Amino acid sequence: MPDFEVVSLPPADHIEAGEVAPDFTRPLVTTEYWEDRSLADVVDGPTLLVFHPMDGAFQATYLYNEIDDRGWAADIDVLGVSISTPYEHKRLLDTRGEGVRLFSDPGAEVAREYGVEHDIDGMAGITECRPAVFLLDADRTVRYVWVAAEHPAFPDYDELDGAIGDLIG
Amino acid sequence: MTEPAITLYRLQACPYCERVVRVLDQLDVPYRSRYVEPMHSERNVVKRISGKRSVPAIVDAETGVTMSESGNIVEYLERTYGGTAGTDAAEASVGGDA
Ligand SMILES: N[C@@H](CCC(=O)N[C@@H](CS)C(=O)NCC(=O)O)C(=O)O
Repeated sequence: MPDFEVVSLPPADHIEAGEVAPDFTRPLVTTEYWEDRSLADVVDGPTLLVFHPMDGAFQATYLYNEIDDRGWAADIDVLGVSISTPYEHKRLLDTRGEGVRLFSDPGAEVAREYGVEHDIDGMAGITECRPAVFLLDADRTVRYVWVAAEHPAFPDYDELDGAIGDLIG
Repeated sequence: MTEPAITLYRLQACPYCERVVRVLDQLDVPYRSRYVEPMHSERNVVKRISGKRSVPAIVDAETGVTMSESGNIVEYLERTYGGTAGTDAAEASVGGDA
């Protein structure tokens, strides 16, 4: 434990379990190309929607390392969202996030819609995603949610793993 | 949601791709854009569908035609969707697979 206070993030008025995850359309990046896709169109089964800080930030790197280690993308669709551009997303997918697809939301409008936006101190003009996970069923109903309350923060991976297990049965 | 029949593989700001887009828009033909990387070696998907890595390349699910080379694509689009006569256009597209 550090002997100083970890930075708390302001309370997030985020989408809650039981709500339908709002639809949006953004470029969705795979290892091969990107094209505009709507979430409603992409979700056709259990889906883990992961909001994360911009590609290259250690929180994004560690998140995908863990997702890869746990092999979640083999069990359910894993969709990431960050403010990074499609080119940056492709770089990320070159090295990690096997089987993952990434939405590009440079204006952070999707992050705002989900209530997980974060104005970064010391990077003027940049609003990005705070770390957050929304586990969705095939109807886009949120079945499990975690949103970072501190900076930095990571989801409770074991708890999330349990929720994924419950969802896919 | 119905998907457009035509998929255009394109590269951001590639003039040959924009040439094809202009014709698609003129003819009011719906299409979806799939953007690929500038790096030639990173374009396996284009190679897989068209046999070469150059863009633009289109896939027309309606006619089963896949082609690259903007000149050929423009000619194909005008022939197939130019709207002179519906049946003629559909017939003409059979020859477009060359
Ligand atoms: N003759 C082609 C030229 C297209 C072209 O040069 N495209 C560039 C991108 S702007 C490209 O893909 N270059 C790599 C290659 O030709 O393999 C056409 O008219 O479609």
